[in-house]
Amino acid sequence: MKALFTQKLTVLNAGLASFASNIERAGGEAIAMNWQPPAGGDRQGGLALAELLNQPEIELANQTAMERYLAAQPMLVDVMLAGEAIPTLAEKKLILHAGPPIPWQEMCGPVQGAILGAILFEKWADDLEQAEALIHAGEVTFEPCHHFDAVGPMAGIISRSMPLWVVENPNNGNERVYSNFNEGLGKVLRFGANSPAVIERLEWMGTELAQAMKAMLVQSGPIELKPIMAQALHMGDEVHNRNAAATGLLLKQLVPALLNTAEPKEQIQRVISFITANDHFFLNLSMAACKCMLKAAENIPNSTMVTVMARNGVNFGIRLSGTGNTWFQAPANPVDGLFFPGYGVEDAAADLGDSAITETAGVGGFAMASSPAIVKFVGGTPIDATNNSRAMQAITLGGNPAFTLPALNFAPTAAGIDARKVADHSVLPIINTGIAHKQAGVGQIGAGITTAPMQCFVDALQTFAAQREH
Amino acid sequence: MTIKYKKFENLYQDSVSLMQISARLNKMSGIDEASVAMGTEANLARMTDAGFGSYIIAKPNDLVVAVKGDQAACQEAIEIAFEALTAKPDAVNDSQQFSQPLTSFALGLTQHPDANLAMISVPGEYAAAEAIKALNLGLNVMMFSDNVSVVDERTIKQLAQQKELMVMGPDCGTAIINGIPLGFANVVRRGAIGVVAASGTGLQEATCRIHQRGEGVSQALGTGGHDLHQDVGGISMLHGLQALADDEATKVIVLISKPPAKAIAEQILATAAQVNKPVVVHFLGAADSSMALDGVYAAHSLAHSAEVAVAVLNQQAIPAVQTQPKDDSVLTKLSTKLLPSQRYIRGVFAGGTFCFEAQIIASQYGINGYSNTPTQGNSQLDDVWTSQQHTIVDLGDDAFTQGRPHPMIDPTLRNQRILQDAQDPGTAVILFDVVLGYGASEAPLTELLDVIDTVRSKTATAPLFIAHVCGTELDPQSRDLTRDALSEAGVLIADSNADAAHLAAKFTSQLC
Repeated sequence: MKALFTQKLTVLNAGLASFASNIERAGGEAIAMNWQPPAGGDRQGGLALAELLNQPEIELANQTAMERYLAAQPMLVDVMLAGEAIPTLAEKKLILHAGPPIPWQEMCGPVQGAILGAILFEKWADDLEQAEALIHAGEVTFEPCHHFDAVGPMAGIISRSMPLWVVENPNNGNERVYSNFNEGLGKVLRFGANSPAVIERLEWMGTELAQAMKAMLVQSGPIELKPIMAQALHMGDEVHNRNAAATGLLLKQLVPALLNTAEPKEQIQRVISFITANDHFFLNLSMAACKCMLKAAENIPNSTMVTVMARNGVNFGIRLSGTGNTWFQAPANPVDGLFFPGYGVEDAAADLGDSAITETAGVGGFAMASSPAIVKFVGGTPIDATNNSRAMQAITLGGNPAFTLPALNFAPTAAGIDARKVADHSVLPIINTGIAHKQAGVGQIGAGITTAPMQCFVDALQTFAAQREH
Repeated sequence: MTIKYKKFENLYQDSVSLMQISARLNKMSGIDEASVAMGTEANLARMTDAGFGSYIIAKPNDLVVAVKGDQAACQEAIEIAFEALTAKPDAVNDSQQFSQPLTSFALGLTQHPDANLAMISVPGEYAAAEAIKALNLGLNVMMFSDNVSVVDERTIKQLAQQKELMVMGPDCGTAIINGIPLGFANVVRRGAIGVVAASGTGLQEATCRIHQRGEGVSQALGTGGHDLHQDVGGISMLHGLQALADDEATKVIVLISKPPAKAIAEQILATAAQVNKPVVVHFLGAADSSMALDGVYAAHSLAHSAEVAVAVLNQQAIPAVQTQPKDDSVLTKLSTKLLPSQRYIRGVFAGGTFCFEAQIIASQYGINGYSNTPTQGNSQLDDVWTSQQHTIVDLGDDAFTQGRPHPMIDPTLRNQRILQDAQDPGTAVILFDVVLGYGASEAPLTELLDVIDTVRSKTATAPLFIAHVCGTELDPQSRDLTRDALSEAGVLIADSNADAAHLAAKFTSQLC
């Protein structure tokens, strides 16, 4: 206060704009802010948030979380069957799904369809009716992929006989994370399809494809994923909804190694034509790489950094580093997007999948400036794409210099979402997403942009604040 | 009759802008009632009470437009509201240049790291959180917002103490920092007298009077009206007192408040006595025996506190206590003819402390009556909208400002009350204030002069009008021009609120 009398007065004005203009008229300096009620107007949430601002132990914890995230070096090291990689899957009839936990009755159509498909694939039942009976008898249990450090796009189904990518972080005690394999587009399990053709493809992926990739990795040695992502960002991908460049870059490493294996030529041909036919083949690796980087930042007391954002087709869930494994959930926000001909918003399932891990790690919607093609989904312009990437800088702890955006003069992507900033600035994380048909098995019907719901962040901060008081 | 409503999700706008839109819709022909407000619980309840039905479902961040009237007009009103709400220049689209809207103090600081004061006039339910955030970010705080609980106020002020930052408010409308008027403040010259006041109009009256007496103000700090409450403990006043004691430019300090809790008053006086500068204290209506401490000067009215401060600064004799109008010859020269029924004083105030001071002074003439904010010896009005016998009302009180701008900003309601009282056959004198300065109405007299003219033309026995203009010649509205215009309309102008009250009370007392 004493200092104030000897300083030049500069006023930040929240509320009536005339107060700021009067100060300026009187010769003072005032900034008329565009104040918004924080925490979505939740008064208690806003009070909890206020106490958390500019607290040394939180700033320090977030710095640590950010450093660990930045230091992560995701390496693709192996391919394993899920039952080997995650032993619990071999011990009981357990199926993993995307997003936060949800009981069978409440699951959306695509997730239910995909689970039934996984039961047929595992031969726990002979037909859909039997599969459903098994579920109603309580013989099959469900858990989120994230509970086992795994991620899967859309329905995100993982069962014991499916192949998983194994990604390690040498800078974090070789901790492992996993993702399933991408099946391509059309009638696929991740959109809830479970026809014989879908099951057949899964069987081929679990045998021939998995063996080929495992053998390939023996030849190539561990593959560094961050450089592929970084390069793809300079080639028009944002490595969530567009993976065309990244898949091509992966192929450049994969094909020579694959040719060095002892696999029969016809198998190699089938494998390569499967991968080249699918521009999204890299997506699951991008997701595993992101999970790997964020796992390094998990469980740091006092950190408000968001380590997980994921959707189960009903609810959107997040986790904070400082609140460990607790999920904070809210109904998913609608997707603003374009639909394939013949479909509309009334056909759409709610936002679905673990793929928002890419935005959590600073790519996807956060790196939209590198992928102007993506904004066409919402009728936007390249300027909207760069503006989205810039807006995300307001809610992150910093930038990731490993991922740069040419359109922003090679600025690092905004990374490390701070839940406090989301609630305080009323700026929601932007997520690029595919849209699934609400009925199982129809598949993808569009794509667009959505946001994470505010309430998750507000609830997380209130729990975080309550936890701090003890 | 049709009722229509439209909800705009996640569109926050401040209540003043929304009230302006409401007012515009209400003026439309075919519209019985219109309400534009954020969808807070309180606002929705108010809409239900206003007959908009209880089916409006909205979140606090949703903006709700509700209209009643004939169908076509309702539709048109909603379209007009939509246009008014969206017709804002969009910097991003216009220039294609991205700029992050500054939605929070933290974002504001990233772009303006030199900022050192947060001005908070957001709705009361959000104000405490904003103040805590601003303090955590190292900003001093002025809170215009009210409806902040005493518990929250104490939390905020203790945090400020810990951070060695100043909090002015909640419910602080006025301050002058480093010569810059903040909120509702007047343009006064800079000088050697520092003021700390728990009363907005009290601070305005004192700083204007200091200016009129040829001296100036170093700093004028508001504390908010609840600061001297037992549970808050006068934290802001004590902090301000110490800050002025440490400020080299300040030679004399003035403290102003409505009567504080006894323990708090004692603590403030004890601190004032320890300060190495003369301190003039005015606790409205308090006995001065309690202030008999070295270096502490008791003042008897808002204007008197300024006059004492100027005298102390210039080492002149302390001006005497005023017990009579400064010049009551004007009363004897009056040509106003009154009927025997015209016996009552009617005070119609925009400034809460002016209303308080007028009641105290009227009591000194044996005039006790009614108010919506009665002082000792006066009673609560049966109905705040109707005067009874002697009535002195504060139209800036919550009872009148719910959902309506303060009468200092928009004098419509105050002018209506003057008209109503002036036409009352019992009214002998209308006593009122006109408050100038930044933030106050730019044209405070436009409607008022018409009102006075209407009264005079309609009735041969119009009551006497007595007014005080709080302001300076440097204010945007100019005190001199305002006083001249009122005089020309036949209004008796006093130099201070206290003097206006003395004149009105003496005049009334002679009628009985």
